[in-house]
Amino acid sequence: MTVTDQSQNSTPTRRSSAATGRKKSSGRLMIFGFLSPTLLILIFMVAYPIISLISYSFYNFSALNPHEGYKWVGLDNYTYLLSDKALWQRFIFTGKFVFVCVSLQMVIGIFVGYQLQKKFKGRDVIFTLLMMPMMLSPVVVGFLWRYMLNSEWGVVNYLISSLGLEKVLWLSQATPALFAAAAADTWMWTPFIILLATAAFRGIPETIYEAAEVDGASPAYKFFRLTLPMSAPVLFIALILRLIDSFKQYDLFFALTGGGPGSSTETVSFAVAKTAFNYFYTGEASALAVILLFIIIGLSMILVRHLNKMGEKY
Amino acid sequence: MAKVELKNLSIEFGAFKAVDDVNLTVADGEFAVYLGPSGCGKTTTLRAVAGLQEATQGDILFDGQRVNDQSPSERNIAMVFQFVSLYPNLNIRENIIFPLKARGVAKADIARKLDWVVEIFKLGDELKRYPGALPPGTTQKVALARAVVRNPAVLLLDEPLSAIDEQFREEMRWELGHLQRELGVTTIYVTHDQREAMSLADRIVLMNDSKIVQVADPQSMFFEPNSEFSGRFIGSPSMNFVDLIPVDPGFRLGDSQAILPAEAVPEHVRNAKRPIRMGVRPRDVQLVDGAAPIEIKLPVQDIFSVGRERYFTFKIGDGLAQGVDVRAEAQGAATSIGLRPEGLKFFDAQTGHRIATDEVAA
Repeated sequence: MTVTDQSQNSTPTRRSSAATGRKKSSGRLMIFGFLSPTLLILIFMVAYPIISLISYSFYNFSALNPHEGYKWVGLDNYTYLLSDKALWQRFIFTGKFVFVCVSLQMVIGIFVGYQLQKKFKGRDVIFTLLMMPMMLSPVVVGFLWRYMLNSEWGVVNYLISSLGLEKVLWLSQATPALFAAAAADTWMWTPFIILLATAAFRGIPETIYEAAEVDGASPAYKFFRLTLPMSAPVLFIALILRLIDSFKQYDLFFALTGGGPGSSTETVSFAVAKTAFNYFYTGEASALAVILLFIIIGLSMILVRHLNKMGEKY
Repeated sequence: MAKVELKNLSIEFGAFKAVDDVNLTVADGEFAVYLGPSGCGKTTTLRAVAGLQEATQGDILFDGQRVNDQSPSERNIAMVFQFVSLYPNLNIRENIIFPLKARGVAKADIARKLDWVVEIFKLGDELKRYPGALPPGTTQKVALARAVVRNPAVLLLDEPLSAIDEQFREEMRWELGHLQRELGVTTIYVTHDQREAMSLADRIVLMNDSKIVQVADPQSMFFEPNSEFSGRFIGSPSMNFVDLIPVDPGFRLGDSQAILPAEAVPEHVRNAKRPIRMGVRPRDVQLVDGAAPIEIKLPVQDIFSVGRERYFTFKIGDGLAQGVDVRAEAQGAATSIGLRPEGLKFFDAQTGHRIATDEVAA
């Protein structure tokens, strides 16, 4: 058997090797042909802006007054920013916001996704309705929540006072504003986690659960020992995307608090936008954007590496 | 270990009856094999015993206790599924001890039982690997190890060998049979492969169209089929069937001109006053050498020798039938066949049931 197999295999191999050279070069041309439109778009839309962003960050200049010229300042923009206490405050605030809203979204999203994996009447309708917040624009969501959270006539305070509790000044204090923004972001983006979690959970074959049922696993044991680890790769992707996205959150705060009171609810992205388009310190804003970019790249690299490791295991 | 009883078990999916009024007792320690074509209800019955499928009607009893309302985990059963059901995120060691850990067995016990099954299944080298990296044969071994590791009262196997290569399947079949006898665990095994059923079973439960057709040990199932279906389903090549048309004297075989002498058909069959269909296993048809008790003029078409035996086909009218001559030396002419009288079985041509005699239990 083995001998015949080898002889069968060897004939086509020899024949094809003669034509390989020609095929290879035309194949490469074809690959390049197909890739070039995307490559061109990527170069103009991503590579060029990033390179110019990095180069701007070494200059002191303003896009408002280009005729005043560019002044090379080396790393001055960076040293200035990193020694600025107000900026550190923004990092801390952003970190808190990311932590609160991403953990809320993951926990609620996974829980609801798990419930939606079970078959029951009206599941598809509920699922569709749950997806709706995700379709809205963040600014719209921001304004929506701003109205709901208005300390005088907002519906949230109405409910609170009707319970006999004191009204909360949601948007004019830093900590309540943080939670308000986290609530709005969670309301908007939990559906995304639900979507991915449900897809991951439904991908687990039914026999796995039946085997676990026969093996005497309790629902919680099944969930933590099987469901969660088996859908971890997908949930990690969801986590990466939410981390990155909430880390650069800007528009929600713009609509909800305008960064105030003072600058206490300004995220790092908010600061970039303000520096770049209110003060027009283009060089400084570029440096800040570069810092933000590296943090996000670092964050995703850690998680992608983790993801690859998990991929190898299965 | 437990005795399993099914009493008037019916399972319906909407208007479709997947299992129709099944009654069966599987003795403590017995190896029962459910055999039947795809969709006959054998897997559904097994799932009902496991508790994964609710019974529409009837009772399932373990040692006389009704278990219908118990969850699979309460029934103390273990199951091996047709398609791989190992937990892909856990390594082999974790997979095997999963049922013990899930039930909160003490660590020392877990270690002892793990050593025991690893020894039986020779899985020592695989413990750190993941299911995705194992060949199908080994994954089913692991699934079996996981099933027996906690001494279940009943072992349920749903076509456990069907995903495995032919060559390895044979080996696994022997090991499985050996293991079952050693552990003495009550086992219900589902398969559509009659060879698996014949070689493993203490008793075969033959199912067709949601009903039990025959329950018998492999020998009786082969030699004394109680219906045309049993005859056709068991044995390879399968039983030959031909309608007997009464003529004077004797019976004409189907649309051929050949006549079966009347005395070849037992009296109770002749007296039954029913349309008769005769079944005969290929091994009971010979190439004639003049010594056959019943000789019939039917043209032999092809003869293939496979070592010790000769397979041949012969024509009954327009139809083709098969015979196996088990004698080593070539003998016989190409114009007649011989039938062994004890190999002739007679069925009601309309109902397919065996025309009963006193010595054959229907």
